[in-house]
Parts: sequence; C-alpha cells; structure tokens
Amino acid sequence: MRRYDLIVVGAGPSGLSAAIEAAKRGLKVVVFDENEKPGGQLFKQIHKFFGSKEHRAKVRGFVIGQQLLDEADKVGVQVVLNATVIGLYQDKEVVVKIGEEVNHFKGDSIIIATGAAENMVTFKGWTLPGVIGAGAAQTMMNLHGIQPGKKILMLGSGNVGLVVSFQLMQCGCDVVALVDAAPRVGGYGVHAAKVARCGVPFYLSHTIVEAEGDEYVTGVAIAKVDDKFKFIPGTEKHFDVDTICLAVGLSPMSQLLKMAGCEMEDNPKRGGQVPICDEYGRTSIPGIFVAGDVSGIEEASSAMIEGRMAGVVAAEYLGYTDETSRDKELTELTAALDGLRQGMFAPKNRGKAIEKTEEGIDISNNLLKKGFVADDEIERFPGVTHKVGIHPVMECTQNIPCNPCQDACKKGCISIGNNITSLPIVVDGSQCINCGMCVASCSGQAIFLVDEDCGDGTATVTLPYEFLPLPEEGKKGTALGRDGKPVCAAEVVSIKTSKAFDKTNLLTIRVPKEYAMKARFIKFA
Amino acid sequence: MNSVNDRTRDIGPFVPMDDDDMLICRCEEITKGEIRRAVHDGMWTLTEIRRYLRTGMGLCQGQTCSKLVKGIVARELGISPAELEPATSRVPMRPIEMKIFACEACEEKEAN
Amino acid sequence: MAERIKEHPILGVQEKGKLVSFSFDGKKVEGYEGEPIAAALKAAGLMVHRYTAKEHKPRGIFCAIGRCTDCVMVVDGVPNVRTCITPLKAGMDVKTQYGVSDKPF
Repeated sequence: MRRYDLIVVGAGPSGLSAAIEAAKRGLKVVVFDENEKPGGQLFKQIHKFFGSKEHRAKVRGFVIGQQLLDEADKVGVQVVLNATVIGLYQDKEVVVKIGEEVNHFKGDSIIIATGAAENMVTFKGWTLPGVIGAGAAQTMMNLHGIQPGKKILMLGSGNVGLVVSFQLMQCGCDVVALVDAAPRVGGYGVHAAKVARCGVPFYLSHTIVEAEGDEYVTGVAIAKVDDKFKFIPGTEKHFDVDTICLAVGLSPMSQLLKMAGCEMEDNPKRGGQVPICDEYGRTSIPGIFVAGDVSGIEEASSAMIEGRMAGVVAAEYLGYTDETSRDKELTELTAALDGLRQGMFAPKNRGKAIEKTEEGIDISNNLLKKGFVADDEIERFPGVTHKVGIHPVMECTQNIPCNPCQDACKKGCISIGNNITSLPIVVDGSQCINCGMCVASCSGQAIFLVDEDCGDGTATVTLPYEFLPLPEEGKKGTALGRDGKPVCAAEVVSIKTSKAFDKTNLLTIRVPKEYAMKARFIKFA
Repeated sequence: MNSVNDRTRDIGPFVPMDDDDMLICRCEEITKGEIRRAVHDGMWTLTEIRRYLRTGMGLCQGQTCSKLVKGIVARELGISPAELEPATSRVPMRPIEMKIFACEACEEKEAN
Repeated sequence: MAERIKEHPILGVQEKGKLVSFSFDGKKVEGYEGEPIAAALKAAGLMVHRYTAKEHKPRGIFCAIGRCTDCVMVVDGVPNVRTCITPLKAGMDVKTQYGVSDKPF
C-alpha cells in the first residue's frame, strides 16, 4: 500500500488549491480525480469571474483552471486522472480504481473536495432523451464543441441556469424561454439582464408540465404555479423545443465522508448532507478535511479559498507549518473569503427577500420578476448618470462582491470604494476617454459607454458583445431594449477587439438619440 | 423518541395520487407510487426502501434519485427530509466491473 | 439537429483528434478520435442510446459526465458502457442497448 502525506480527492478548484498549499509547505501530495481531465467544472466556465483581484476576478473560469494546473505542476503535486475513489475508510485508507485495477493508498491526511452533484426535478416525460442537466449542456458545448440542441428551454433561474443560457446562445443555440417555479430570479441580476436583453423571455412562477415526444423531446408544456407550487389550470403554454435543460440546484457529494465515519448533518442552507466541520474544513475525524462544494454549495471563487485553508490546516496537522505562520495565513484567507461572502447573495442572506440595496435604493422589481431592469427603474441607480459626451453607464443594481470596474478605468471615472459590494458610482468631474476597459472588465456585462447626443440627432451606445459572427462596420440591425424587445433601427459604427478585452468585443451602435438610454443590444436579421 | 423510528405512529392510509406513475429511480425504474406504497408497507427508512424496492441500487447508485426518494418518503411520513437518515454509503461509490473489483487480489498476491 | 461548433466566440476554433469511422448499429458513422462516443453520436444526430429493461423506454444523454449512466450502450460487445466518458476509437462497434443486451426486445 502506497503512502502519501496528503491525499486529495477531486481535482477541481478547491482540491487543486488545497494540494498546492500543502505541497508548497513540503507535503508529498497526490490528487485523485475520476475524470479524464482535471479542473472540475472550471474548464466549462467560460465567463469572467466576479470578486476582486485577489479572487482572480474578471478572469475566465477555464483560464483559472489552467493557472491552477500550472501552479500544481510547479510545486510538485501529483495529479492522477481516471482515478475513481470508490471507498474511504476510517483509518484513512483510500481505495481507488485506476484503469483496470483497484489500488489501496494510505494518507496521513485527507482532503475531500468532491464537489457537488446536480439536483433534478420530475415531470411527465423527464426521462426522455433531450431532457438534460445544465452541466451536461456545458460539458457538450464547452468541452466537446457540440451544441446540446437547437431550440432549448431552460428550467432554473439561479446563476447556473442564467450563465448556461447565455453560453447556449454564445454557441449558436436558440434559448426559447427561461422558466422557474420560484417567484423571483434566483441568480445575479446582471446575469439575468444579459440573457433577457438578447430576447429570452423569463417565466417566473412557472414550471414544466410535460416534456412532449415519444422517442425524444419534440416540445414542452409549461404552466403557471400558485404559491404552493400547484399548477393553475388554463395557464399552459407550449414551446417547440428539442432540448430541455435542468438547472435546479446542486447537492454536496459527501458520501465518502459519511462512509469514513465523519459526523454529518442535513443542512438545507448548505445544500443537503454535509460534514460537520469548522471554518477551515476540519471534520470530526482528525486528519480528514473538506473544501469546496462538498461542505456547502457556493461559488468556485470561494471553493478555491476554502481549498487553500484546508491545505494549510492539513500541513499544520502533520507539523509542516508552525502555529504563528498558520494563524497569519488563515487570517488572510479568512479575510479574502469574507470579502466574497458579502452582499445580497451571501450565504447568510440565502432565502431572504431583500428589498433595498445597501445604499437604500429599492431593488428593481422587474429584474426579479422578468430578468431586466425597466426603463423607469434604471435611473435610480448611482452608476446611471447623464453627461455631455461619452460616459460610462453602469447598470449594476444589486450588491454583489465584485469590483474590477474601478481598477479598469485608468482615468478614475468609476468608484466602488472599500466595500466590495457597493454599487459603482461615476466620479464627479472625471473625464471618460472612451477606452472601453470598463465595458470589457465587467463580469456582469452591465457597463455601456453612451454618447447621448452626437449633435446630429443620433446617439452611440458601446456594448459588450461575445457572439459570432462579428458584424462589419456599417451593418444595420435592430436595437433591442433591456427587455429584449425591438426599440429602433441601429447601425454598427465600430467593433473594437483587443487582447486586454479578453474576447469581450466592444460593439458601438448608432441609434436615434431618444433611444440612447433604451438600446442595449443589437440583433441582425 | 425520534418520530422516524416511532413505528407506532399512525401515518394514515395510502391515498392514490395523480402522479403515482411518475418514474423516480431512473435506473431501476421505480415510480413515485411504489415508493409511497412501500412507506405504508412499513419501510420508514431510506435503507429499508432501498432494500425493498431497489431504488438507488442500480447502475448510478442513487446519484440522481436519492434526493427525490428522500423527499417522497419524508412527505409520506409527514416529516422534514432533513430528519431522514440517508442510506448507508458503501464501496464502490461508482459502477465498477466485478473483474476489476476483484483485481486487487492479484495485486496483493504479487506484492507478497 | 445539434451541430458541431466550428468557431466559438470565447474558446475559438476547437482542436479535435483525427477523424475516424466507427459502427453504430451496423451503420458507418464518423467522429473524432478521443472525443466521447456520445459526442460523436450527438453530432451524427442520434438521440436514443438505449431502451430500458422494464418499461422499454428510450434514454439518451442526461448528465454527460458519467454519473447518471443513462447513456450506456453496448460497445465492442460489452454492455453498460458509459458513452459520455468513453473515448472514441477507430473501428469501435457501438450498438443500441436493449435492457442489458444489443438484441431488440
């Protein structure tokens, strides 16, 4: 039986981060992952992450995945793939299926970072081919380069449902509707807004009645539900679709910990069965630690910090680090994690209906019900101001931990301040030079550069554009409003691409000036 | 006593529901009605349900249905799903061919 | 029908292995070596991977990461092969699975 100082199960964001921290401190570390490729779900995340610089904000998930792998390689972490951990016993014996063999390993310490599994809902026809998980859609399109379908209905308005809907459109699929039984959009408003302005209708308080088809999905029926989630007769709607995508939450994949004898609890706030552990991931069994979604569902950014914490305490457990440096490191990591766990969507606010922003502004009701901020609501947010000449319009209306925009503007036009969740404001007397860095840096794609009056009766709007094909200058199209409905004719004035924009193209469109504060996307016939 | 283990508690009769034919365990093809009826047959824990019906005993080992089954059993017992102990976690956590599972024997022999 | 993504706005042109042919229910189909069998079948327009043992109902890709086992097929004579995580090789013999066999009910 081979022995390691530390065995990590799962090579996702938390597992790799844990392995790196432990290996840096001199531990002999191996990471087992059942998949063919490492990185967990990171390589399917093609959007820019939220947070601040220390959380790798505005870097795309798959790039972070590569950075972690490079770092792990540099510090000598051994990553074994196609290695399925099939058992974990109380004396830290790990049983792993590698290739055609079953192997036994002994870890002096163990970090379980197995992540989460998708939840499912049942409806008539849910076993038909064409009904897939949102993770399956991401795997097919972002890893294997295949469209999951042509016409797709998304169930679930949490961040996964919203992000995957956008990704589906990016690879050329048609998202016909976004449906959620809940009465409010569950994910970030900025994610919802970028889906809604492309023309995807949101159906909150609706759910799937039936997936239609004999051999595979040919359509779907949805209906409105009452506050007890019962269908309201007569509200059925039908859509022709070939794919139904389910994004109805995640549950921790904690079975290995239960098998090992760790004390467990059922904690709905953390997503289901989780090990009882302290803030650094120490379970009830000395030497067994946890990190990431397996101990409570959160974002990949927090999973990476939790992983680093677990790596530090594992090193300490085996005497590879002293108390003083451990305390210093853990204090820093705790501060970083606290930074992410702020705002409306923080774990402590889960399930609460928040009516006002930290600034005391009423949250957009329309955003929560329909996925977009209505024209008459947008003016009350501090990032939306009017000025002569080109200026940023920041349609950031909820307190989320994210601040790349304030660093992006070299002219100091944008300020968030020390509180990472504050809404961005336009700094008085600052001068925008139309560089576009703020537009490209906003992970929520919520910043626009607007010249409300070009002097000839027109206005220009510069918007983030992550679709193909890129239009040519002079191409005519229809400008869409925040609600995704046509507002006026528009013409492409310029397309800017730059390495610094990291694949977010800046499209400037010209519209009649009365639509300067309404046109937020463009569709071509 | 924990309400889950108090078998003298009256949970009422089995009442048929419209969606009793809804498939819950995709691998073993077990319906909601079968699970509900099993509770009334006296299977009050997830381990018992599993042995009685084979829910979660198929190829995927309950990856997809365990949370759904838990919800159905809890509702039938009139308790919160959090009060139900999950079924025992056992080796192997993933589908594995018997010939591979048995392969450790040869490895151990070589080592000796 | 689902298509291969030729160029992706963020991921660019996707690199693939070499184009190989394999057999699906006796018909010749093409796919890229190393991609999951399920991906090659999806690109070829196949939705139904198997029919269940008890109810004889169609199933296809569901989780795409090897967890749900709904996409299992008979590959080179071996049943219950998870096609979403099994890499495609030239000349593979892939068959629709009925229950646990490749013989229709």
